[in-house]
Amino acid sequence: MDEAIRIFLLVMLIACAVSVSFTKKLLSAVVIFTSYSLIMAIVWVLLESPDLAVTEAAVGAGITGVLFFLTLKKINMIDSDTKENDEDEKK
Amino acid sequence: MKMKRNDIFRRFAAWFSGKENIDDCIEQQTDDAFLTQDGYEHHRRHEKLMRLLEERPEESLRSLEIRSFNKTYIVLSVLVCVVLAGVLLYAVSFMPRFGTADNPANNEVADKYLEDGLEDTGAVSAVAGMILDYRAFDTLGESFVLFTAVCCVMILLGREDGRVSEKCECYEGENDQILHRLVRVLVPATMLFGCYIILNGHLSPGGGFAGGAIIGAAMMLWCVTLGFRSTERFFNGRTFRVVTFAALTFYCVSKTYSFYTGANGIASVIPLGTPGAMLSSGLIMPLNVAVGMVVSCTMFGFFSLFMRSKI
Repeated sequence: MDEAIRIFLLVMLIACAVSVSFTKKLLSAVVIFTSYSLIMAIVWVLLESPDLAVTEAAVGAGITGVLFFLTLKKINMIDSDTKENDEDEKK
Repeated sequence: MKMKRNDIFRRFAAWFSGKENIDDCIEQQTDDAFLTQDGYEHHRRHEKLMRLLEERPEESLRSLEIRSFNKTYIVLSVLVCVVLAGVLLYAVSFMPRFGTADNPANNEVADKYLEDGLEDTGAVSAVAGMILDYRAFDTLGESFVLFTAVCCVMILLGREDGRVSEKCECYEGENDQILHRLVRVLVPATMLFGCYIILNGHLSPGGGFAGGAIIGAAMMLWCVTLGFRSTERFFNGRTFRVVTFAALTFYCVSKTYSFYTGANGIASVIPLGTPGAMLSSGLIMPLNVAVGMVVSCTMFGFFSLFMRSKI
């Protein structure tokens, strides 16, 4: 059971890492990247290094996610997808 | 390349023989160059491009060039990645197997930390004892890296006149009551959790860096939802400078003292206390607080500078 969870987490880790670079939408890419960090935090706990897990969760999932979101907001990339869709509908 | 070199030679020959209009001379000669192999290939390529242009008139020559460049770029980048991965894997094959007992990494240093750590530092968490006592100098360097980074960003992005453009206030939750209530409940709890992680750094996993990051994230959340006006009341550029400077100075002075006593064999006056108690393990808890303050101020400072060029 333990082994199965481990393998599942590692497979999800690779899947997240690959899908970040294949995602077209930047917002989804940031969300996937944040979930990558959360999975990594669980993997650190399973590897018996809780210190790294706390730091990974705080920095990888917290700070990095917030900063990426704010950068997207600042360069107006969050609304651009929906705007394009609206324009297509109008046409 | 060959064509170019020929051009240069021709230009030089024309200049040497004293002709006035060198460019005309060269143009004329390149027309003659159709007879040579290079010229013929160039001509064919040009014709192909023109044919493509006629078939798809919306595309210019430039876009065709860009497309061929993109193709080359993709091929080259894949090639570089594969070669690099091959070289690195080849290098890894020379390393000792992962997890073997007699690896160079498993030396007496780790044993020393694990066996004598509790006695030497008084910290229950071996990691805290390691990074803030045995290896305190590394942590000091990390804190200074963060401090220097913020200083550089301040120099690059900070505005001297303190003018803040209202447009830059990137928050939308001005009138969102749900968001406001939620943040007012969530942020104090998050900050409390960060303080707990910092103060418990010598007893449990975590420590200054993680706790500081959590507090910084909480401050960012507050700022994004309630606007910069509400954070300016308790955190501005002056607070940032004072807090960071005080924390780093305290770190330097206290570690200088402990290095001095340790190196000269003088007994330190700072008691280690009972391991496991809240007030124990000598300097580790104050140092954790200092690191946490630097990290949280740095995180919020980055955010603030990037959002509106002012802390």
